[in-house]
Amino acid sequence: MESLARNQAAGADTAAPSDATLIYRQSRWTRLTHWLWAIALFFMLLSGLQIFNARPQLYIGKESGFGYNNTVFAIGAENTATGPRGYTEIFGKRFDTTGVLGWSGPAGQETSRAFPSWATIPSYYDLGTARVVHFFFAWVLTTTLLVWLVASLINGHLRRDLAPRLDDFRRLPRDIVEHAKLRFHHTRDYNTLQKMAYGGVLFVLLPLMIITGLAMSPSMDSVLPFLNDVLGGRQTARTIHFTVMLLLVAFFIIHILMILAAGPINELRSIITGWYRTDPPAHGDNAPERSA
Amino acid sequence: MAKFEISSKLQISRRKFLTSASLGLSGIMLSGCDAFDSQLGVGDSLRSFLESANGLTWRAQRLLAGRDALAPEFTEADIRQPQRPNGVTAPDDDFYKGLLASDFADWRLEVSGLVEKPLSLSREQLMNMPSRTQITRHDCVEGWSCIAKWTGTPLSLVLDQAVVKPQARYVMFHCLDTIDRSLAGDIKYYGSIDLVDARHPQTILAYGLNGKPLPVENGAPLRVRVERQLGYKMPKYLSKIELVDGFANLGGGRGGYWEDNGYDWYGGI
Repeated sequence: MESLARNQAAGADTAAPSDATLIYRQSRWTRLTHWLWAIALFFMLLSGLQIFNARPQLYIGKESGFGYNNTVFAIGAENTATGPRGYTEIFGKRFDTTGVLGWSGPAGQETSRAFPSWATIPSYYDLGTARVVHFFFAWVLTTTLLVWLVASLINGHLRRDLAPRLDDFRRLPRDIVEHAKLRFHHTRDYNTLQKMAYGGVLFVLLPLMIITGLAMSPSMDSVLPFLNDVLGGRQTARTIHFTVMLLLVAFFIIHILMILAAGPINELRSIITGWYRTDPPAHGDNAPERSA
Repeated sequence: MAKFEISSKLQISRRKFLTSASLGLSGIMLSGCDAFDSQLGVGDSLRSFLESANGLTWRAQRLLAGRDALAPEFTEADIRQPQRPNGVTAPDDDFYKGLLASDFADWRLEVSGLVEKPLSLSREQLMNMPSRTQITRHDCVEGWSCIAKWTGTPLSLVLDQAVVKPQARYVMFHCLDTIDRSLAGDIKYYGSIDLVDARHPQTILAYGLNGKPLPVENGAPLRVRVERQLGYKMPKYLSKIELVDGFANLGGGRGGYWEDNGYDWYGGI
């Protein structure tokens, strides 16, 4: 019996999997909110980079140091003997980033701008418009997060799919090895690294983004004065806001790479239609309940 | 068997990865570049739709902050540098330079519009009224902040003296500095706040900065401080306060110079 199952599993690469492997994995709430986030984060990123361009420096503290130095990150342009160069400065260490950061544009029409025009909305310098776009999608993002939280509490997505279990800690080393080998198991449940990544974005990065965004608002500071005390001042909040952006971009890149490596058609189908093709039941210690 | 499985998967994923990644990247670059530019100008329908969220933001912050919630105030130890100026820092207008030459002895603050008793106040008259001193953080719309100590006359006292008519809804500020030039002539800085912010305890007409008379670069002889909003809502080089029931007829009709150039009227975030 066991060897038969193993043979079937081994041959499954070429044979068409039975329909029992097609499962309904993602609820409509998960799918809808996923795409709303994708849209909102796309516009928030590109308008945010435009907003950053208005003051392409990050500071630590309550204020920006002009009479003293509390700058930890800066993008700029400078004149050199060979013409203007763009630079990026991190904790005082300077890197030449001509063409992308600091000095960029079509050949012969380069301009001094922190993030290049292909990475900002609008493409030309316009702080006012970027703010309109940014705050519109801030409402979309925050509302979507609340809708997702309520729906996921009610439909069990949180408890069933995202809550860490004892088993997740036990599986972590094996999960890391299998991801490194690009060997993916298509099961009903998220693996430990998936839970960490999705949970980290939804419960740490996005809330931190919203909190640091509110902390930069002089009006909200009158309502929640402790926010900046906790975060280390408005300019530190701005620096955290930017850092979380970098982490979200890193998540996005890894997310896309994992989808491409794990089978983009199947992964896309599950987040569009909800249906997901799992691996055929195979011999293993916990295979049955994982593909239920 | 297992080995074959892994390598075949790897090959597929690498090929698919390269195709999809280049497609995705070019898509992002195209859309970021200029796909939305033509829809985002002031007055365009997409822009106007997105701007409706600004009204939501204003109402939400008003609801949460109410009339009297105070902006954070700081200590003397937090004042570590001179106040960084924003906007115009040295008005080139002859009229202003004439006032400056006589140390603003001939300068007056006019209070007019929807008031029972129009006023014309000298700097001495303003300084003889009760004053408020506050150490606050100036937040520029660009993203920088600077902490300084401001001294001035609460705007509410001036409004009380002029006796605001019930139909007045906004306070318009008219300034002496030329911020822009158009075919119709020089554009002097102008801006507006509503009466809730005008009567906020920290809203002052500041004539002092860090214990000294307000310098020219920071708006001498008088500038507005509206501590729960961004820097562009605090006009400098003030010459006239006008009580109005709307601002549709002033400039581009959006309530201020920067607002007419695309900034939100409520600069609370």
